[in-house]
Amino acid sequence: MGLTLPDGGPQVAEVSGESPNWVTARLSDLVNWSRTRSLWPMPFGTACCAIEFMATAASRYDISRFGMERQGYTPRQADVLICAGRLPFKLAPVIRRVWDQMPQPKWSISMGACASSGGIFDNYAMVQGIDTIIPVDVYVPGCPPRPEGLLYAIFLLQKKIQGESLMDQSLRIERSMGPDGLFRAPAVIDEVSEPFGNSVHQTRSS
Amino acid sequence: MTSATVSPSVAALAGQFGAAILRDRVSCGDTIVWVAPDRAHDILAWLRDDPGQDFNFLTDITAVEYRDGELPLEVVYQLRSLGRRADLRLKVELDKARPLEVESVCDLWAGANWLEREVFDMFGIAFRNHPDLRRILMWETYAEGYPLRKDFPLRGHFSRSEQTRQALAANPEAHYSLEELSIASSYHELSVEMRERLARGERGEVA
Repeated sequence: MGLTLPDGGPQVAEVSGESPNWVTARLSDLVNWSRTRSLWPMPFGTACCAIEFMATAASRYDISRFGMERQGYTPRQADVLICAGRLPFKLAPVIRRVWDQMPQPKWSISMGACASSGGIFDNYAMVQGIDTIIPVDVYVPGCPPRPEGLLYAIFLLQKKIQGESLMDQSLRIERSMGPDGLFRAPAVIDEVSEPFGNSVHQTRSS
Repeated sequence: MTSATVSPSVAALAGQFGAAILRDRVSCGDTIVWVAPDRAHDILAWLRDDPGQDFNFLTDITAVEYRDGELPLEVVYQLRSLGRRADLRLKVELDKARPLEVESVCDLWAGANWLEREVFDMFGIAFRNHPDLRRILMWETYAEGYPLRKDFPLRGHFSRSEQTRQALAANPEAHYSLEELSIASSYHELSVEMRERLARGERGEVA
């Protein structure tokens, strides 16, 4: 066949220049490898985290080194939704529609404290974590996270993608709204939105 | 203005309007004048048009509610004379027991339109004769009340799940007027009253 192994040498395959070249791999490894290296982000930047996202995308940190050189700005041509910044309730239906418009396979990164938990904005106007609106794959802590933090989140996401199975169809099922119009059960939303930390002691005017 | 001197506009106002000028005070070098609510529009018009006053720029309209529930709500007009380089702050006190209403000054300064909409959105103060009085920051179907009022809980009246449900049930395009987004597809989901208002155009003119 096309490969010749040197006698007694290390197990390194040499490819003959004249015969057809081939390698073997599991299909899911191959597909996941290509998906991992060509993630197209859809930035949903609403606040200061978006500034750090811009720094990550720009020349110094340069996420295009990891296959993310094409930023979509259109959800129909994107793989990764990066929510960078706080999300007010007024934008909740907007990010949900952006997510619904993205084709499978798709993933999402919740960047920063506000997107992940509401952050310091435990008030009437702010969604307490975007995971009450859309599914989230990787959360990035920080206020805002440094570009290294976002890069690490992207590495984690790539690691997650490489572990995915093509046979597991449940990964690609669109998780739409429930009968009550919510993405998660009301009790879950109320529980994850409970005040915590300093937010418990904030001054109430009523 | 560094010295704690009263603006000369106060004496001129007192001479022109007498008892409608209730009291005045200097705070951090700025002169504040409290005026009677029913004369506020006349007084502001005079301040704009009188050659000696010439307050041709409306810096801001806002409102204040104090922690002390006995105190009335205040609507604040911050005026600026670009030519004379002078400032004046007018305040109108609104009794909470009565309907919170004050005359709109959109006819004097066109820039008052969105400022008054913001005060209406946050405090629930209605501006009479405003061409397009509706919420500007919160969405139009927002049902929890007026967020900057002292009786409004910081996290809102509804539970988080109910807030999320109401937010997600809303059509994003329906939050905005046709002029703002030029999306005609959501027009038929708007209420009849909203459609009539939009048909008049953003400035209340017949399209």
